[in-house]
Amino acid sequence: MVAQNIIFGFIASIVALSAFRTVTTRNIVHAALYLVAVLAGLGALYVMLTAEFVATTQFLVYIGAVMVLFLFGIMLTRAPLGHLDDLTGKQWPVALGVATTLGAVLIYALVDAFHAAELPTDPVIYRTADVGDSVFSTYLIPFEAVSVLLLAALIGAVVLARKD
Amino acid sequence: MLVNQFLILGAVLFCTGVYGVLARRNAVMVLMSIELMLNAVNINLLTFGLVVGSISGQVFALFTIAIAAAEVGVGLALVLLIYRNRSNIDVEELDLMHG
Repeated sequence: MVAQNIIFGFIASIVALSAFRTVTTRNIVHAALYLVAVLAGLGALYVMLTAEFVATTQFLVYIGAVMVLFLFGIMLTRAPLGHLDDLTGKQWPVALGVATTLGAVLIYALVDAFHAAELPTDPVIYRTADVGDSVFSTYLIPFEAVSVLLLAALIGAVVLARKD
Repeated sequence: MLVNQFLILGAVLFCTGVYGVLARRNAVMVLMSIELMLNAVNINLLTFGLVVGSISGQVFALFTIAIAAAEVGVGLALVLLIYRNRSNIDVEELDLMHG
C-alpha cells in the first residue's frame, strides 16, 4: 500500500509538472515532448488502475500515432523553432483565473464527495480478453459507430488537407 | 490508495488543459491542450470503473482514445488549411467573425 502511494506520488508529480510545462513552455517542440511525458505517465497510472489494455492503447495510439501527427503539424505549418515569446497571448491572466477557479471548484467538490473513500483493495480485474468480449457484445453498436467516425475523420482530413 | 488521488490528478490535468486552450496563441498548442483535457477524462473513467467494479469504464476510455485520434486528424487538417490560406496559425488573428 505504501509502495503504491509512493509510486503514485512520483508518477503524478511528473505528470502534473510536465502538463504545466506543456502549456507554459516557450518552445513548441519542447511542448510536444512534455506532452509525451504526460501521456507516458498516464499510461503507467492506467496500469495502476488495472486497465492494461487501455494502457497499451495509450502508448500505441497517443505516443505513437497522435504525437507523430503533432510533429507533422508543427513541421508543416513551419512553426519557427527555438525560443518564442509570442506563444502565449496577452489574455493569459484571464485564462489563469478561469483555470484556477475551475480547479478550486472541482477539487472542493471531489474532496466533499469522496474525502477518504478508498479504492477497492481486492478489485475485480478485467483482462484484455474481457475488454474484447465486452466491446464485441455489449458495446458492438458504439464500436461500429466509432469505426464509421474514424473513416469519416480520415476522409475529412484528406479532403481538407489536399492541395487543389 | 484513495479514490481522490486519481480524481484530483484528473481535475488538475483538466484545468491545465483549460488554461492552455484559453492562453495559447498557436493553434497546434491549442490542440495539445485539448489532448490534456481528454486524458483527464480518461483517468476519471478508469477510476470510476475500478470503484464500481464495471468494465464499462475501460471500454469508454478506449472510445475516448479513438475519438481523440479522429479529433487530432481533423484538427490538424484544419490547422494546415488555415496555414495555407493565411500563412500563420495564430488563433488571435482568426477574427473574421469580429464585428
